[in-house]
Amino acid sequence: MGGSMATAQAQYRVCPRTGLQFHKSAESLIKLNAVAAVVALLVGGILALLIVLTRWQAIHLIDADNFYLQLTAHGLDMLVVWIIFFEIAVLYFCSSTLLRCRLATPRIAWLAWALMVIGAITFNVAIFSGNATVMMTSYVPMPAHPAFYLGLILFAVGALIGCFIFLGTLVVAKAEKTYEGSVPLVTFGALTACIIAIFTIASGAIILIPTFLWSVGYIKHIDPAMYRVIWWAFGHSSQQINVSAHIAVWYAIAAIVFGAKPMSERVSRSAFLLYILFLQLASAHHILADPAVGTEWKIFNTSYAMYLAVLASMLHGLTVPGAIEAAQREKGYTKGLFEWLRKAPWGNPVFSGMFMSLVGFGFLGGISGVMMGTEQLNMIIHNTIYVPGHFHATVVLGTTLAFMSLTYFLLPTLFNREMILPGWAKAQPYIFGLGMGVFTLAMMGAGTLGVPRRHWDITFAGAALPYEYPGTALLMIAIFGVAGVIAVVGGAMYIVITVGTILFGKKLDAGAWSTKVSPLRLPVQAALTGHGGHGGGFGVPGTFVLAMVFLVAFVLYYFVNWKYLSTVWGLS
Amino acid sequence: MSAILPPQHRIWWKQPVDRIEIIWVVIAFVWCMIMFFMMPYWHVFGKQNLSPETYKVKPELFAKATQDMVDKYTVREEGENKVPVVAPPAGSDVYLIARLWDWWPILELKKGETYRLNLTAMDYQHGFSLQPENINIQVLPGYQHVVTITPNRSGQYAIVCNEFCGIGHHKMVSRLYVK
Repeated sequence: MGGSMATAQAQYRVCPRTGLQFHKSAESLIKLNAVAAVVALLVGGILALLIVLTRWQAIHLIDADNFYLQLTAHGLDMLVVWIIFFEIAVLYFCSSTLLRCRLATPRIAWLAWALMVIGAITFNVAIFSGNATVMMTSYVPMPAHPAFYLGLILFAVGALIGCFIFLGTLVVAKAEKTYEGSVPLVTFGALTACIIAIFTIASGAIILIPTFLWSVGYIKHIDPAMYRVIWWAFGHSSQQINVSAHIAVWYAIAAIVFGAKPMSERVSRSAFLLYILFLQLASAHHILADPAVGTEWKIFNTSYAMYLAVLASMLHGLTVPGAIEAAQREKGYTKGLFEWLRKAPWGNPVFSGMFMSLVGFGFLGGISGVMMGTEQLNMIIHNTIYVPGHFHATVVLGTTLAFMSLTYFLLPTLFNREMILPGWAKAQPYIFGLGMGVFTLAMMGAGTLGVPRRHWDITFAGAALPYEYPGTALLMIAIFGVAGVIAVVGGAMYIVITVGTILFGKKLDAGAWSTKVSPLRLPVQAALTGHGGHGGGFGVPGTFVLAMVFLVAFVLYYFVNWKYLSTVWGLS
Repeated sequence: MSAILPPQHRIWWKQPVDRIEIIWVVIAFVWCMIMFFMMPYWHVFGKQNLSPETYKVKPELFAKATQDMVDKYTVREEGENKVPVVAPPAGSDVYLIARLWDWWPILELKKGETYRLNLTAMDYQHGFSLQPENINIQVLPGYQHVVTITPNRSGQYAIVCNEFCGIGHHKMVSRLYVK
């Protein structure tokens, strides 16, 4: 009853270029969340430049106090504010737009957005006033100002509301029959991200609310080991939200650019499901070098005896390029193993960014993540700069670059503007992606040589008993500095292009607003022959070869690390 | 149909799966099992495993045990702050305190001998990072972690703090000797 009334009032438009249907409230909220995300990216990016120019020992730009302060803000503004705002936009897009229905409870969605903005401002004020230099992880008993925890809690509540609006929108679409059969794979991936997000935010609440109460004096003691176990159930799982979300974006871009269909719905959806099933205590990855938890607990919870979350990523790593290869081969790019890849639109930033995100996430982020997630190997990695090397490969090269690529698709269809500086846009994913790729490799190299993370001065100037790192480590840090600056330039180009386009881009036909929900029909679909599954065939040999290259790199690097471990002191 | 549209076949879960996908699932699964197997395997056959031996401890008690060791086995002092260099007997419990912002005392161990290294933090969390060996262990206040170590190379080592512990974090570095 209420539902049908809301439908009658709802305003919809169909984008004449993509055929996507936007619900007016959803469109405003997607834009708003995306804009908030880009603002956070700008702040985090400026901080990134200052941080990289400080850790680069030859320049060593800012003083220690401000370095640690800015590192705290950089972590939260990027990993939390930029990514989660963008993810809320992705959730609304994957529900309301892809399912062609109205967004559930738009007013509450505004409230969610406002809470997130207020939360983000609150903890940023706490940090920049110098009262919360505790790093993103805020390990107890190092205290921060109560506003720091309160801001995080408000932001999380807003994000949680956003998750429920996504779920509500799925219910609306089902009830109002705006699609037939099962939700699209991309929406399914977004649903995975949403479910993990709810678990994640619950863990965050369980630890941050008591920590807030501790900071105002109502609770006497927070056990540091317990804090780490529960905080990382929030901290690590939130990275799994990103993985699910950016893999959903990969599938979406493969579909948008190539009209690619999943090789099989069964395998891809099962792989998404594995993320939910095998990530509950992913915090174990961060506790492997800790006292207070037992060996069996560590081994079991870091792998669930099977590493099925790793398996899931390896499956997506095959099926996403596999879907592209299949679509390209149907268009006639069938010569040899790799014509489909050579003839891919490398000048289209939507594709080039997405493909670099996939390769970078797999080779750099994925493999290094498994090293750190292996109980004994963790000892030669824990808290070194290898760790941020790993997660810049996953959440910057992986998630951020995927989101940047999606933006280039959204600018004309969501914002109805013609992109300014198309030449810049063409180059941006390469500058950002290659800069970030070298940056993460240099960090992992320096970490292997023992350089610590979150450290202002690895020359230990002024220390009573200083230590001199090998020259190679300082060389790695110099490469990290140069590559980091290149990546920041790439990030700045993205911001110039997106903000410039929204403000000054040529206005495009948005399509007329109407109260009618238009049926599911997309121009991209016309280009497709409705091929069924590839059952029994061997349809994507090129992708299979790439997957085997990946596997060989993975196996070799894995055992090289064991070899290295076997040479260090005996420990038991 | 594509990934942004509902599956073309309503009963998509009964559609055949490409042979490449099945082969890759099997390969990836086998590899994941090997990776899991390596961890228990190394506990049985490998020589580098982190001890799970942990106790809750009061800082004063740990400080007292450390002071007793320093009183008994100090061989010399080093640095401006006259940090004691302690050479406890092989096989014994040796104590190392992490605090804002130093490691105390300096240990002098013998190559090829085994020691029970006791670690705790007095205030915030710290990170024990032995360089250039690159062995890294988290150190928590309130917990005493007992790690059995067997140095296999002689020389001068550094202990760097690699858990952020405040404004003096980057000066928290000390030494360890193996003779």
